[in-house]
Amino acid sequence: MSAPEKRDGFVVFDGVQKSYDGETLVVKDLNLSVARGEFLTMLGPSGSGKTTCLMMLAGFETATHGEILLDGRPINSVPPHKRGIGMVFQNYALFPHMTVGENLSFPLEVRGLGKSDREKKIMRALDMVQMGAFANRRPAQLSGGQQQRIALARALVFEPELVLMDEPLGALDKQLREHMQFEITRLAHDLGITTVYVTHDQTEALTMSDNVAVFDDGRIQQLDPPDVLYEAPCNSFVAQFIGENNTLNGIVKEIKGETCIVELDGGEVIDAKPVNVQKVGERTTVSIRPERVEANKSRLDDDAHTIKAEVMEFIYMGDVFRTRLKVAGNENFIMKTRNAPDQVRHKPGDMIEIGWMPTDCRALDHA
Amino acid sequence: MSQADATQAAPPKREKLFTADGTPLRKALERANRRRKLTALALVGPLLAFILIFFAFPIAQMMWRSVDNPQIVNALPRTLQALDTWDGQGLPNEAVFAALHADMIEDLDRPRREQTIGPLGIRLNYELSAARSAISRTSRAVQNFEAPYSDAFMDAHRLWGQPELWRIIKREGRPLTLSYYVAATDREYDEAGNIVKRPENRQIYVSLFGRTLALSLAITFMTFALGFPIAYFLANMPMRYANLLMIAVLLPFWTSLLVRTSAWIVLLQQQGVINELLVNIGLISDANRISMIYNQTGTIIAMTHILLPFMVLPLYSVMRTIPVSYTRAAKSLGATPWTAFRRVYFPQTLPGIGAGGVLVFIISIGYYITPALVGGQSGRMISNEIARHIQQSLNWGLAAALGTMLLVGVLVLYWLYNRLVGADSLKFG
Repeated sequence: MSAPEKRDGFVVFDGVQKSYDGETLVVKDLNLSVARGEFLTMLGPSGSGKTTCLMMLAGFETATHGEILLDGRPINSVPPHKRGIGMVFQNYALFPHMTVGENLSFPLEVRGLGKSDREKKIMRALDMVQMGAFANRRPAQLSGGQQQRIALARALVFEPELVLMDEPLGALDKQLREHMQFEITRLAHDLGITTVYVTHDQTEALTMSDNVAVFDDGRIQQLDPPDVLYEAPCNSFVAQFIGENNTLNGIVKEIKGETCIVELDGGEVIDAKPVNVQKVGERTTVSIRPERVEANKSRLDDDAHTIKAEVMEFIYMGDVFRTRLKVAGNENFIMKTRNAPDQVRHKPGDMIEIGWMPTDCRALDHA
Repeated sequence: MSQADATQAAPPKREKLFTADGTPLRKALERANRRRKLTALALVGPLLAFILIFFAFPIAQMMWRSVDNPQIVNALPRTLQALDTWDGQGLPNEAVFAALHADMIEDLDRPRREQTIGPLGIRLNYELSAARSAISRTSRAVQNFEAPYSDAFMDAHRLWGQPELWRIIKREGRPLTLSYYVAATDREYDEAGNIVKRPENRQIYVSLFGRTLALSLAITFMTFALGFPIAYFLANMPMRYANLLMIAVLLPFWTSLLVRTSAWIVLLQQQGVINELLVNIGLISDANRISMIYNQTGTIIAMTHILLPFMVLPLYSVMRTIPVSYTRAAKSLGATPWTAFRRVYFPQTLPGIGAGGVLVFIISIGYYITPALVGGQSGRMISNEIARHIQQSLNWGLAAALGTMLLVGVLVLYWLYNRLVGADSLKFG
């Protein structure tokens, strides 16, 4: 676990706990530091505590224990309207009785800005999201994607240093979502603002963030850049939650430095990289990404262990082939291969031998 | 049409389309929809018939009654013809009295149920008190009258010698009349037949309309002031507690009106619970007990209580649909809680306030039973006056005119509301 102990980030959660009913903790001992200008995503299944963390940072929930610091100042007792944090809500929360312009003008009016200043800033913010022509529309007259842009512009118009986003793209269709992902990251980096983004969509988290904090059960399971998170998950939950993943259960037979030998429940022996196992004899769940499974023996190390597999199903997906295998009793073992001219197209019933680089097969805690 | 034709691109002209077996498409569609239409009609039919018979028809009947004026035309056809040439000055000539005699004699020969003299007396009495006794006394003696009839009539009752009675007969001797509306607006006809204001001590209705309006506004405001916080409180609490408390709000619906009214009397009267309490703790002296019932205060207190649910329910249902994220968004944008409420939350409750306000106002403007029971003299409303004319003075024409004015007034107010706010923004639940 790589939670930082230092308190010098722009946003710092220091030992934060949260309980709603006094009996169970929704957030358990949260330590997190976000650097200035960083795009951090809180990713996790629903009920994992990520939204609660965001609400505590925004000031709509109070921490039961621990401290939240913004730019070095504790903000636990600062009311939301004095925190100066921009926020984009899940359903956009555009005020329906105001026009787009009035919505954007609202944060400037409550800050007492003059009319000409306001108009200048509103136009700049609208142009930023390419909505300059829509100032006189009502939110109800806009499409979901347009409302999303306005919500973004409204959260940015008063130039906050920190912007929070609570599943802002959840209501959009796939294509628009991908487009907005790109636009949000571009804006965040261009403006140099710090962003804390909450989502349960792992693709969103991987494509947008500098760092991703994976939440489960009220704790951060792993906090790392997207590539590390995907390629080197530090426990079974993260491995399962991020991307597609094959798992096999077994017992550790031998550990030598960077590799270990695992005897699967069916008696087969495989190579793996020990991540979460300490000693011989421990039960473990090994995890292999489908695209790292190799059926071509010539691409494997000479001394690599291979394992027999029965082809259950072959699915042609255009750019890739997806082969479902039965491996060591697991009938849902997936192998993904690139559609190349020399690639073999297996048929159901074929018996093949598969293997992998020991570093791609991670021996994790038993799930 | 062959298969190949059908699959071709859309035809350039809108040709008449046919189904596969050759019937016109429009006809086939109609036939297919007929069953659905019939079902719809069968579903709304009973209620529609009920509303027509027991709501629309009586209202039309009432409005007709406010201008309907058959009594004089039916009873005195000859007299009215003879009066045609009378200039309204002094007394009519002998020919008119002879015609009156002939009309009254003819009426005596009719079967009792068809006699027109009785209704004539009642009708004339609306305009001139004592006219009814003049008519009935004359009608008993008219068989023995001999010419000259003018003397005979004036001997029978002094009223026949007054030009005012003759002016009324001539003026109201037509099938439709405005006189009920003239009376309902505190006006009367002068000697020349012009409509003028009544003397001040006989003006009732205009000020009563004004009072009804003012009381209704006060009650609407009171229900709003008391109902808004409750609705807000309920809308922002967990569903199961909210439902429980909603029952408490709806309690006035579930208790008998008379029980509630009795409770108000027990509480509010001069020797009642509240006054006794205030006297006992020394806040007021025994001589200065507050009168809170049988006056306007009583009407306002009791009706506010009764109509409160009509304000709370629409407000609650509107507030339930306002997500908490709006207020949160406003706060995150830098608004203080009060600004967030005033500029973001409150404007979104307006449809509920409008619906509740219109509902409470329209119900209270025609409310009858509570003002009658606890309103005393100063807490009476226009509906009590209408009821009095229907049940006691039996002047149904005047009651109908007052009722029509009330109805039109409400419709005008509703129209105004629609113009200013828009009725489609109303949300009742």
